[in-house]
Amino acid sequence: MKSESEHQQQTQADTSHQSENKAADIQQEVGATIGQPFVKQPKMQARHVDVFYGEKQAIYDVSLDLGKNEVVALIGPSGCGKSTFLRCMNRMNDTIPICRVSGMITLDDEDIYAEDMDPVLLRARVGMVFQKPNPFPKSIYDNVAYGARLHGLAFNKAELDEIVITSLQKAGLFDEVRDRLHEPGTGLSGGQQQRLCIARTIAVSPEVILMDEPASALDPIATAIIEELIDELRQNYTIAIVTHSMQQAARVSQRTAYFHLGKLVEIGATNQIFTNPLHELTENYITGRFG
Amino acid sequence: MDATTLLVVITTLSLLGYVLGRQRSIKVAANHGGQRKLHSLPKYYGYMVSLWTGLPALVLLVFWLIFEPGIINSMLLAELPAEMSALSENKLSLVMNDLQLLAESGRIKAETDPVKRSAAETLVGLENRSQLVRNILIFSVALAGTIWSLSRIRVHTRARVFVERIIRYLLILCSLVAILTTIGIVLSVLFESLRFFKSVPLTDFMFGTKWSPQTAIRADQIGSSGTFGAIPLFAGTLLISAIALIIAVPTGLMSAIYLSEYASSSFRAFAKPLLEILAGIPTVVYGFFAALTVAPFIRNLGETIGLDVASESALATGIVMGIMIIPFVSSLSDDVISAVPKAMRDAAYGMGATQSETIRQVLIPAALPGIVGGILLAASRAIGETMIVVMAAGLAANLTANPLQAVTTVTVQIVTLLTGDQEFDSPKTLAAFALGLMLFITTLVLNVIALHIVRKYREQYE
Amino acid sequence: MNNTELIKKGLAKRYRREKRFRAYGLMAILAGFIFLFVLVTDIVIKATPAFTQHWIKLEVNFNPEILDVGKKAGIDELKQANYNLLAKKSIRSLFPEVKKRRDKSKLAAMLSSSAEYQLRDMLLAEPYLLGQQQTVWVLADDDVDTYYKTDDKSKAVRLNDKQKIWADTLAADGRVSKRLNTTLFTNGDSREPEQAGIRGAATGSFYTILVTLLLSFPLGVAAAIYLEEFAPRNRWVDLIEVNINNLAAVPSIVFGLLGLAVFINYFGLPRSAPLVGGLVLTLMTLPTIIIASRSAIKAVPPSIRQAALGIGASRTQTVFQHVLPLAMPGILTGTIIGLAQALGETAPLLMIGMVAFIVDIPHGFLDSATVLPVQIYLWADSPERAFVAKTSAAILVLLLFLVVMNGLAVLLRKKFERRW
Repeated sequence: MKSESEHQQQTQADTSHQSENKAADIQQEVGATIGQPFVKQPKMQARHVDVFYGEKQAIYDVSLDLGKNEVVALIGPSGCGKSTFLRCMNRMNDTIPICRVSGMITLDDEDIYAEDMDPVLLRARVGMVFQKPNPFPKSIYDNVAYGARLHGLAFNKAELDEIVITSLQKAGLFDEVRDRLHEPGTGLSGGQQQRLCIARTIAVSPEVILMDEPASALDPIATAIIEELIDELRQNYTIAIVTHSMQQAARVSQRTAYFHLGKLVEIGATNQIFTNPLHELTENYITGRFG
Repeated sequence: MDATTLLVVITTLSLLGYVLGRQRSIKVAANHGGQRKLHSLPKYYGYMVSLWTGLPALVLLVFWLIFEPGIINSMLLAELPAEMSALSENKLSLVMNDLQLLAESGRIKAETDPVKRSAAETLVGLENRSQLVRNILIFSVALAGTIWSLSRIRVHTRARVFVERIIRYLLILCSLVAILTTIGIVLSVLFESLRFFKSVPLTDFMFGTKWSPQTAIRADQIGSSGTFGAIPLFAGTLLISAIALIIAVPTGLMSAIYLSEYASSSFRAFAKPLLEILAGIPTVVYGFFAALTVAPFIRNLGETIGLDVASESALATGIVMGIMIIPFVSSLSDDVISAVPKAMRDAAYGMGATQSETIRQVLIPAALPGIVGGILLAASRAIGETMIVVMAAGLAANLTANPLQAVTTVTVQIVTLLTGDQEFDSPKTLAAFALGLMLFITTLVLNVIALHIVRKYREQYE
Repeated sequence: MNNTELIKKGLAKRYRREKRFRAYGLMAILAGFIFLFVLVTDIVIKATPAFTQHWIKLEVNFNPEILDVGKKAGIDELKQANYNLLAKKSIRSLFPEVKKRRDKSKLAAMLSSSAEYQLRDMLLAEPYLLGQQQTVWVLADDDVDTYYKTDDKSKAVRLNDKQKIWADTLAADGRVSKRLNTTLFTNGDSREPEQAGIRGAATGSFYTILVTLLLSFPLGVAAAIYLEEFAPRNRWVDLIEVNINNLAAVPSIVFGLLGLAVFINYFGLPRSAPLVGGLVLTLMTLPTIIIASRSAIKAVPPSIRQAALGIGASRTQTVFQHVLPLAMPGILTGTIIGLAQALGETAPLLMIGMVAFIVDIPHGFLDSATVLPVQIYLWADSPERAFVAKTSAAILVLLLFLVVMNGLAVLLRKKFERRW
């Protein structure tokens, strides 16, 4: 797995050189997004989102919807802004002082960047799973119970136990850790740690889950388990997943968005994107010419 | 010719050796087809000869200077009349000192005591002879080094390799100074402490609750001397250090948190150096501040609310010591908190934790080992701190936990016992070394544990 | 009630806690600032009086009878003359009404004991003054000086009521003048506050720090080079590293014990000498310099070394000709910071006898000497009130040196800072 990602980076470094020359004339073409960015039953809507890091612009005029109970995959070469865009959806970018977001993002028609939107509450409703499994240096139980305790969701020990156990079950981890709930979460394997982090996120019952390359640090078997889990979670949640792996995008998502140099180039049904991309850049990317 | 002149001579000889060595190498090379044939640049042959000239002579000189006094002493002792050499060890060292002074004064002729006069004359004779032998010996060693190394210069002599090897040995020697220092510390405090524990049992020292060394001023009072129960000193040290830590740990920790998590970068840029000034102020200044400003202030404050506060209260001393170690705690905590990986922060924020919840529930628990290590280092520093307590804490050994009373500390007693005129061998001075040993062991243990914890902590996140 | 509402309910309380926590942090920093501010202001306020001195104008008649010398006395005779009496007579002549023995001596005590030496030097320099009347400004005693400097006159307890009246009279007659205190910078230590200066201590500090610099810099840099560039990774080197880290945290007083036992008692070096002080401070500063030098050497990128080795330089040549010059700014910064620490260090020097009362200004590495921080300690212990101001002034001078040194270090770092 490791060698594969190294290889990817290698080829990317090689091809970025070629694509650089193209970049100038391509920018003219991709002013607007090709495909179907919007859906009938949106959970979250992004409209004309620009993101700046200080002087540097990272995202250019991105508009798309996340529909109810669907998995949207965000793909593109690294540095294309897909992770940055994801982090705007629950205002994680607030923690970076030089980051500025303009445009509008709504959750159930509420502007999440409005004055009266509380980032704490927002992040409880829009949960996030990170690239590297990051369990707290606490026990497995305390990791999952963290959010419930933080937000005061349980009124007694029994309720808390209930939340912890159902979350672990939903994340498919309960059977593996049943006997060692009070051992440190950092003692689990990488894949288990990532499922622990997913359990920790769903323990707060979010409405949307954002996943930032959740399987990139895992071996193929752990990756397969996570992918299955994502598919199951779709029954109850809206999910946006950033991924480097096109196979993964094809396996788990219903719609796929292709980002290039901070712009949303093309978005559409996953099937269509992988079999019949409309944009030349998308085609180049999925056929492996760069990225 | 005294040692300094000899040193100058050796230096001159080695410089000469450099010039000769260089020339010789060029000459040798000329016979074999030019400088290109030489293994090293000519200057390295110069260095080589220079080293061969100076180094052995220098080493010899150092050894001579270290061992000369001892050998001369024992030779003198052998020649002394029986009634003199039969004296007790203490008296003998006094007599020897006397003779030394007499010999150096150059007024031997004026001495009335014939025994002393002849002994001093013997001493002068021995010293003169020793100096002559030394000078001849060292000069010949230097010269022999020059000639021998010059004769060894060939085209293929690996002068650079030789010089670089010597340089490396010198570098190793320099890095051994750290170990020598530690050994020196251990030996010096250990030997004197062992002598102390011969006259005062270890258990009396460690568990005795009464400390009054003042009665044992003169050497002939050994045995009838004061009591050396160090418990009040340990207790006093702990009391003052505890007060200092109570002040420094929350303040230092909270300011580190504020600076690293909340403050804007411009505020941090000016606040951090400003706080660090506190660490750069010499402790004697804190001592002055504690004794003349804080202690009277606290005393007056106590009086207005009807409390009886000693003018050298542990509280005043502890507070000022606390101020001194604030930047210490702060910069150590800052380091460990910023070492917590960003992923940990992201996880907490991603769950919807507020900033303070992230800090209190995630960052601090994650950084706890590092913080504990920092606190241990701060404690070690508080325990070993000397000037503040010497100037602002008491001298009387009170066994009390009341911060409003005066207590004394280990370091205060070391300073008190060792400053002023005293016989080096009295139990009073030896007691200072025993206290020094306790201090060294305590701080050593704290440091080793703390450094170990901090190192393990860093490795965990690397 | 769903989760969103539940969370909303608790939010107000959580934000209150957030605010409180943040306030604690700000308070901690402010507390640090306040401590610093109070400390510095306190010392500046206390030090101000020390920078001025009061002088008293006397009409001195170099009368041979009072001086107890012949009318045509030569230099040798004048050296032995009774200048003490001359000074006493001169001030008494201003208050002819004072008759009682005890009052007379109280009156004479208002002059500094340096007055007689001042008169002697004056006469020895210009012997023709013998038998002449001369207007002379002499130094006031420290208690009188303090009296003039105190606003609330009733608080100056070291003068009795009569002395206070005399002092007021002198001032009213225009016989008192307040001048810049140069004595503080030109004299050695003295039991009399008005004659005490820091020159002796400053010179002692200079010699001590010079020894420290000459020893600790080469030793420290050499050790750092070995550990960073040549040392194999084995247990021995680990031991040296642990040792250095630990030595950096050993209480300074323990180094003093080492100095006493090894340098003075074993090697028989003289007590109170800057050489011994420098040796002890060297051992103490060495860890700081080694640690700083190591990180400076480590910061030089490996590419530099590879470049030098690649064109055929030996490892030693690479290190001394390429790595060391590039690491030098960092090493110098660390050295200056270490020396600044050494300059402020007191405790170990007490152990090796640098605490003695020394009037003379030292002239070498083996003369008895004291250093600035020890001088501060000695003066702080003196009962005379005037010494409080002197102590504070000496502290300001010490702090000034430290500020300059640290400023230099910061400047060096800024100027030569490199980003590789």
